[in-house]
Amino acid sequence: MSAPIEAECLCVGYRNDVVVHDLDVVVEPGHLLVLMGTNGSGKSTLLRTLAGLQPPTGGAVRVFGEAPGRHPERVAYLAQRPTSALGLPIRAADVVTMGRFVHLGLVRRMTRSDRHICAEVMARLGVDRFADAAISELSGGQQQRVFLAQALVRGADLLLIDEPTAGLDQAGRQLFAEVIDAERAKGTAVVMATHDLVDAEQADLAVLLARRVVAAGRPDEVLTDTHLREFFGFTDRH
Amino acid sequence: MYNLLIAPFADNEFLRDALLGGVLAALICAVVGTFVVLRGLAFIADALAHGVLPGLAAALLLGLSPLIGAAAGTVVMMAGVQVLTRRSRLMSDTAIGLFFAGMLALGVMITSRSDSFTGDLTRVLFGELLGIDRQEILWQSVALAAVAGIAWLCRRPFLLLCVDPDVAATSGFRVRLYESVLLGMVALAVISCFQAVGSLLVFGLLVAPAATGSLFGRRISTVMVIAAVVGVGCVYAGLLLSYHADLAAGACVVMLAVSVFLVAFAVMEVVRWRHRPAPLPPHTHSHPHPGEVAA
Repeated sequence: MSAPIEAECLCVGYRNDVVVHDLDVVVEPGHLLVLMGTNGSGKSTLLRTLAGLQPPTGGAVRVFGEAPGRHPERVAYLAQRPTSALGLPIRAADVVTMGRFVHLGLVRRMTRSDRHICAEVMARLGVDRFADAAISELSGGQQQRVFLAQALVRGADLLLIDEPTAGLDQAGRQLFAEVIDAERAKGTAVVMATHDLVDAEQADLAVLLARRVVAAGRPDEVLTDTHLREFFGFTDRH
Repeated sequence: MYNLLIAPFADNEFLRDALLGGVLAALICAVVGTFVVLRGLAFIADALAHGVLPGLAAALLLGLSPLIGAAAGTVVMMAGVQVLTRRSRLMSDTAIGLFFAGMLALGVMITSRSDSFTGDLTRVLFGELLGIDRQEILWQSVALAAVAGIAWLCRRPFLLLCVDPDVAATSGFRVRLYESVLLGMVALAVISCFQAVGSLLVFGLLVAPAATGSLFGRRISTVMVIAAVVGVGCVYAGLLLSYHADLAAGACVVMLAVSVFLVAFAVMEVVRWRHRPAPLPPHTHSHPHPGEVAA
């Protein structure tokens, strides 16, 4: 069976601006890969490439054995906050339900099973308490929970999450950590961009980015004083 | 009351046709306008509404159906904006603005070649709701069925596009395809409604009722229903106003639609102000704050 992610000499970025060079990494089912780096270091670009939203600029990457984007039903991508949605007159429950569209396509009707999945995830994340409120009426932390619920109801085997705990309070962070642990226990692989060293210490793999790969491997190998000094700004730029 | 509200329609066939044509235009614009407002396509919708002008003027010059001219104008406008946005580093609103101004200028240049266009040009720009004929009503009915069918079929990708195009793409929907379908619906609405309210005013009917719906609705279907009710109500009231006060019918309809939005918005603001959180009570405990002397 193909691994969720296999990358060899992967380069990501834009036509004239490659932001991550030569990344080699394999993410197995149930593993957590944490991407750490300063703003503009390439974390979000790497996640977008893994989600199939932009092509790699070099090297090879396979998601479940094929090019990124070929298995949308097995991959969920949660961007930093989709700000375009925030003023919309759409109920939180409907935003969560949209996560099932990848399985329903254009015309298939929502089944009882689809509704059960949405209700279960909303209850787990506490979204059911404000399910009928318009997304525009919710606080930043509540909106973050709604979009996390939308990603979870997809039932994906690979979660790509971009700075999920930014804007969450302590209780929200705790809940998020529990949810990610539960997903990993089910065999879901998780790739998460974060600034939080605590997240990185819980991971199976960590990658330090500074517009290049500073270090990649097990957290205890990556989160060394030397690497972190380089990571926190004393870096050579390409 | 009968003479004021019913008799004008009972006694005049042209007013009944105008009501039917106006209602169809309002329903088309409610369906399409909801996505225009929620997806933030107001500028491209406005540009498309103006972009039909050179096509219409050329059609009039060549003796062709204005519908063919309008369709050609919107196709050129949409294709031009898409190519310029994808092939250059320009933001889409800059590309839209360029084509908007260029197409409008081209339309005026074509029409300025002949004085005989003046009457036709006025009809194109401001519509002739009271002169709408059965063939145009039939065409509008087909357009309504088409936009309703497309909106139902594509409701999921359209909804995802409104929320976040990236989520639409990672959900297996081709973003460019559905954005093009959405713009095609806007073009169809403009083409099918410009004869009722004119190419300048159709934008108002597209945006104002849907914007009113978005103030109150919490679901896209609710926004659409409110937009339809507001639009149809404004067509009816606008035709009555036009009949009794001898004013241009299309302009009355659009003016009412914009007024309804402004009134609804003002009411919402007043309600929000009246339900604002109460200010904290005065600080009344007895101990002194640091730096203060106890009484």
